[in-house]
Amino acid sequence: MSLPKPDELIADVNLHKTPEKDWMDIKPELKKGYYLGIVDPKILEELDLPNMGKWQPYDEKWPLPENWKEIVRKAILRRMEMHRSFKLFMDICVRCGACADKCHFFLGTGDPKNMPVLRAELVRSIIKGEFSTFGKLLGKFVGARKLTEDVIKEWFYYFYQCTECRRCSVFCPYGIDTAEVTMIMREILLELGIATDWGIKPVHNSYYIGNHVGVQPHTFKENLEFLVWEFEEITGIHIDLDKYINRKGAEILFVPISGDYYADPGIYTMMGILVLFHYLDLDVTMSPFATEGGNFGFFNSFEMAKRLHSKIYEEAKRLKVKWILGGECGHKWRVWNQYHNTWFGPINFLEVPKSPITGTVFEHAKDNKIVHIVEFTADLIAHGKLKLDPSRNDHLIVTYHDSCNPSRAMGFFEEPRYILKHVCNNFVEMPENTIREKTFCCGSGAGLNAGENLEIRQRGGFPRANAVEYVHKNYGVNQLVCICAIDRAVFPTLLQYWVPEVDVGGLHELVANALVFEGEKSRDVDLRRRPLKHPVKGVDQPEE
Amino acid sequence: MNALVSFIILVILIFIPWIGVGVLCLDSLFGIIIPYACFLVFVIGLIYRIIYWAKSPVPYKIPTTCGQQKSLPWVKRSLKDRLESPFYTWEVILRMFLEIVFFRSLFRNLRADLYGKRLIYGSAKWLWLGAILFHWSLFIILLRHLRLFTYPVPSLIQGLDYLDSFIQTLGVPPVYITDILILAGLTFLLLRRFIDSKVSYLSYGSDFFPLFLIIGIVVSGILMRYYFKVDLYAVKQLTLGLATFNPSIPEGAKIGVIFYIHLFLVSSLAAYFPFSKLVHMVGVFFSPTRNMANNNRAVRHINPWEYPVKHLTYAEFQERFRDVMEQAGIPIDEEVEKEEHEWYSIYIPGKEPPKIKV
Repeated sequence: MSLPKPDELIADVNLHKTPEKDWMDIKPELKKGYYLGIVDPKILEELDLPNMGKWQPYDEKWPLPENWKEIVRKAILRRMEMHRSFKLFMDICVRCGACADKCHFFLGTGDPKNMPVLRAELVRSIIKGEFSTFGKLLGKFVGARKLTEDVIKEWFYYFYQCTECRRCSVFCPYGIDTAEVTMIMREILLELGIATDWGIKPVHNSYYIGNHVGVQPHTFKENLEFLVWEFEEITGIHIDLDKYINRKGAEILFVPISGDYYADPGIYTMMGILVLFHYLDLDVTMSPFATEGGNFGFFNSFEMAKRLHSKIYEEAKRLKVKWILGGECGHKWRVWNQYHNTWFGPINFLEVPKSPITGTVFEHAKDNKIVHIVEFTADLIAHGKLKLDPSRNDHLIVTYHDSCNPSRAMGFFEEPRYILKHVCNNFVEMPENTIREKTFCCGSGAGLNAGENLEIRQRGGFPRANAVEYVHKNYGVNQLVCICAIDRAVFPTLLQYWVPEVDVGGLHELVANALVFEGEKSRDVDLRRRPLKHPVKGVDQPEE
Repeated sequence: MNALVSFIILVILIFIPWIGVGVLCLDSLFGIIIPYACFLVFVIGLIYRIIYWAKSPVPYKIPTTCGQQKSLPWVKRSLKDRLESPFYTWEVILRMFLEIVFFRSLFRNLRADLYGKRLIYGSAKWLWLGAILFHWSLFIILLRHLRLFTYPVPSLIQGLDYLDSFIQTLGVPPVYITDILILAGLTFLLLRRFIDSKVSYLSYGSDFFPLFLIIGIVVSGILMRYYFKVDLYAVKQLTLGLATFNPSIPEGAKIGVIFYIHLFLVSSLAAYFPFSKLVHMVGVFFSPTRNMANNNRAVRHINPWEYPVKHLTYAEFQERFRDVMEQAGIPIDEEVEKEEHEWYSIYIPGKEPPKIKV
């Protein structure tokens, strides 16, 4: 890692100083470590998407199609016709600046173009300059400018320095949502053929193989087998995996997230979920094809997002399940909660979700038949269906990171906290202005968790890491719990840099840690083999 | 620079009626024709703007949720949760009410400061206070002005007038509280555009201009009331005439140039309104992140332009991975058959989805 030391990285950030030059006069300078690489054109072709051949952002002259201006102008007008949000947000901003210091990328870079208001101005100025008579006449005075190739570079640079976390939209007096603007602007870039390697390759994988990381069905099963084997090694409890994969007629379809059966520490969350299924003897199955609950398509275009998730409902139909259960994931739940029902409904071939264990009917999910696993588990605990020993997590002092999208696109605050309070004894909240709806992004969401843009990730993740550092120093927090697969993938890197003493994991890892099984054997480690504070006495070590 | 140009425009706008009425005596142009024309532009422009927004559909239900969702029965939702993460329509209405009347989201405002390697967030309600002072005062002042357009003056307006001027001690005519408050609010809003480096950096001329214009209106109004006394009886004759579509310039009486300056600035604001950021007044009602319910999973939202898309089917998937699946002992589904489905794409020429129906 060629990054400077943490103290030095943000030494250049001054939140109250702005450049001498007007922002329109500052040419986009693509800094290394801030932007993503461009995807191979073959990948785009195979997804029926336009491409600009082989090129990279650092090329002086970008190989834009000849009629690029026409394409962009048309694309903007079309998006204004399709989305009232976009049209409205382009008109009503008063530049009050309430959003300015709410963006984690602004807080980590001090770059004024990372203020949400200016991020939106990048396109608002073009709409005024290209389509409005007053704008054309009065130019800069009213914030209008012409569409040039530099503008495209700027768009690429800054709309891929936004993680669509919606924090600014919480503070905007008109609810202007930069995530909406960013999503639409990325669509427009995609229409030119501009797409990132890290953003599109997972889409290609998910489309053709079933999940972002390209794990093929046999490997999917092998990875789960490893988890089950590891669990048996530690606890002596055997889980029969076969019934959980591609079994028709189960009651529930569970859709996992690839990060959770692919890499540490996500795998412990997946292990926790399998353990829970086994504990409950739940009638649940997984599709070998719909092995991805997350949706990188959403980071490129609405259409692509829909193309990827069609398979979830097709698979639910084919496997003849009654309802769908989704894993712990962030943007996934933005998509599942706010878009699925519109895209794929009415979903009449499924039934209103009902917990077979507690009998609870999930009324709030009655129309799209999708339940979050955290809701499911919270309900189990509320009905006393799990025998939990929270002291088995006593080696952990836990804080909880509200993942952006479950927070601001779902309102998912109490369920995870309820579970946490039942599975561990040491739970500490981060400072008030950095949690719940005001939570900070990990800095790597929305397709930004690549290697080549590590500097911007560490800067963008700084506000979150700073809050973690606070609870680590003051309360000795050593475990960050989150319900997002991207979080679990990127926080280790982020915290390794800013607060190296804090581990990262999912909620269901802690649930499984605390679950008391009939016939379990003694152990002195948790499910990821960290030493326990109070060793577990099992059947092999009867009470005196 | 932007501020200076805005200020110069204001000065020019002041000079136009000054010369027009004071020198050229074009009383009816500035007293009747321009106000009517500008008011017409205001109404038509605003209606046009509303239709322009309404013409685009809201494809997805995308509320920004700032409170606990309605989920399991034992998950308690406080009033705050209901207002910030509304499930029912009445909760949405209340949320909108709070946004529009009390600027709820602005009230959340924080200020971030970086001390060495530590980020600190402090409460920052000044912007909220300035905005509230300005908007509420403006609203009350507008209501007060109804006494110029009605006869007899409704007692509600009279009562408002009385309340607004209850500090009677400062002489005759009594000082309106809102006059002081609106100036305080406007001064704050203007000053922060100069002093706050971030806000200053992102301010255009079109951000300064409405502030200057409104300050111009307020100051000319105050001057008219306290210093250059105008013939109120004549003014009322003119304004009532305008309101009843029976306008006439009062004969003989000299209303005073200051009145025409005030009226001209108001007219300019009205005409400018629909083409500027000031449309936020109406736009806020349309904001999909605020005016939609957080009940996506219970109540389906329909997108008028939704179209079927191309996706890979399980049959194609299984065909490709049949061998490895068999080897791994994953059950093969022998019942599936390949199916063709209709699809569209905005990325493929000739495959475009059908025209948007609204």
